Amino acid sequence: MSFLGDVASWFGTAANWWGESGILNRVFEHVQLSAFTMAVALAVALPPALALGHRNRGGGLVVTVVNLGRAIPSFGILALALPFTIELARGIDLFGWEFSPISSGLGFWPTFVALLALAVPPIFANGFTAVRDVDPGTVEAARGMGLTERQILRSIEVPMAMPVVYAAMRVASVQVVATATLGALVAWGGLGRFIIDGFAQQDDVQVFAGAVLVALLAVATEALFAFGERWAIPRGIAGAGDRAAATAG
Amino acid sequence: MSDSPMIRLDAVTKVFPGTDHPAVDRLTLEVAEGEVVVLVGPSGCGKTTTLKMINRLIEPTSGTITVAGADVTAVPAPELRRSIGYVIQQIGLFPHRTIADNIATVPRLLGWERPRIEARIDELIDLADLDPAMRDRYPSELSGGQRQRVGVARALAADPPVLLMDEPFGAVDPIVRARLQDELLDLQARLRKTIVLVTHDVDEAIKLGDRVAILNVGGVLEQYAPPAEILRSPADAFVEGFLGSDRGIKRLSLIAVRDATLVEGPIVDAAATAAEAGAAMAQHGLDWFGIRRGGLVVGWAAGSDLDGGAAPADLEPRPFATALGPDDSLRDALDAVITSHSRVAPVFDGARYLGMLTIEEISREIVQ
Repeated sequence: MSFLGDVASWFGTAANWWGESGILNRVFEHVQLSAFTMAVALAVALPPALALGHRNRGGGLVVTVVNLGRAIPSFGILALALPFTIELARGIDLFGWEFSPISSGLGFWPTFVALLALAVPPIFANGFTAVRDVDPGTVEAARGMGLTERQILRSIEVPMAMPVVYAAMRVASVQVVATATLGALVAWGGLGRFIIDGFAQQDDVQVFAGAVLVALLAVATEALFAFGERWAIPRGIAGAGDRAAATAG
Repeated sequence: MSDSPMIRLDAVTKVFPGTDHPAVDRLTLEVAEGEVVVLVGPSGCGKTTTLKMINRLIEPTSGTITVAGADVTAVPAPELRRSIGYVIQQIGLFPHRTIADNIATVPRLLGWERPRIEARIDELIDLADLDPAMRDRYPSELSGGQRQRVGVARALAADPPVLLMDEPFGAVDPIVRARLQDELLDLQARLRKTIVLVTHDVDEAIKLGDRVAILNVGGVLEQYAPPAEILRSPADAFVEGFLGSDRGIKRLSLIAVRDATLVEGPIVDAAATAAEAGAAMAQHGLDWFGIRRGGLVVGWAAGSDLDGGAAPADLEPRPFATALGPDDSLRDALDAVITSHSRVAPVFDGARYLGMLTIEEISREIVQ
């Protein structure tokens, strides 16, 4: 039987789909971690980025964040995060109050840290530049008509920055989905399990199937964002987000 | 106009941080209610800075500014700005909002009820001479001239008594600019707003301003007077230089044809003889004559047309190539006179012949 035929029959085996280590649960774990990471990344990075962009302050900070994000590979962050998460799981002593903020130092949390470090720089940098680069004439007109600074940011600058911010979210999400595969190295589930376990078991079919699944999920993420664009980008300014892709990577 | 000025700048100075020389230096200026004042001057004269200090986009270093008798610092800046219309060269329409939503900006900030806002949008679209179908379009779908009209409509939305305009027509081509200027004058004739307009274009200042403030570099007020007075008697060499060498011709744009002295010209009745026509031409030193038929001047004929022994009644009157109306300016008249080989321009009020304007009369007006 050919290799691809083996792969096809792997996908055709019901046992590979169901159960804790089945495809469906792995996809769920993968999506769960990716979505959680993106939600936290947006919550952490976007508000300061937009506020700094409005005041055009902190351009140096943006450059630093982006360079750090590019310099340190996700694999390295995963390795660096591990001792800390393990320590956190053991319990910390906060002014005599002992507790464990996370239940396990392996799996979910170190992977989350690595992915967060991946997602934050493009979102932060693009949020900042997108707001900073909003047409100054439009902002001056808004201010001259009596919008408060908060109103200018919320109702003028953020909608106008949306194409760039959305493009950054799209690129970051795809990267996060692709990189979440690493979680399998630190005993997290997700689609990486098929690849890591396949290597360990010298099961090339499983490795290949896992790679195919990760690629499909990344493409599906891309498609989801493409589909959501018409709701996310205000009418009247569509088509401005293309230039963001270059800086978001 | 009321006794107290609508806008008053009192010894206003602005020194930007990091600079030694003030951008605006102890400027005192009053703008009466319902008046159009144009601030004009070379770049670096502080005209835009002055304008932006009125709505506090720039805060003065010292001095006070009052609008409608109240110090502009008495209320928070955003609140002040909602009561003052503001139009800028870049227009700054919000690209993600429809034309209607753009116009509704200030009324919404002021918390108007929805039906009142909707009615006001319709009113302004009509006032700005915009197609009602544009209501739900986006700014990117409009031409430059249309966007500028929307910008003005948006500034007028809450019916502010004061309108500040910063080079409002700087970004459109000359033909559209001339039309928008005319529209602004039309609008102003109906609305009687107090308008402060900034431009670097002296012709625009002369055309639009009831009074023109000429500023020199460093925000020094050189002259503040109606345009005719500035053109007639510039305060100093700077003003004279700024107005340009064609100051006399510029002044012509402020004088209407109706105010000039017209001459009857070599007009003869269609029933007149060739000799009478010849005498009329000789009297005015011209080689053509106008033909009156039934009380109306219907056209003209050349002296050479009579050479074959024809009488005026035999001739087919040629239509006048250029005809002026009483509301045209003497600058238009000069153009008509120079470009016609007859060296005069006939003036009509509708079909009624008023007389002729000669180059001598126009030059007399320049010298005056």
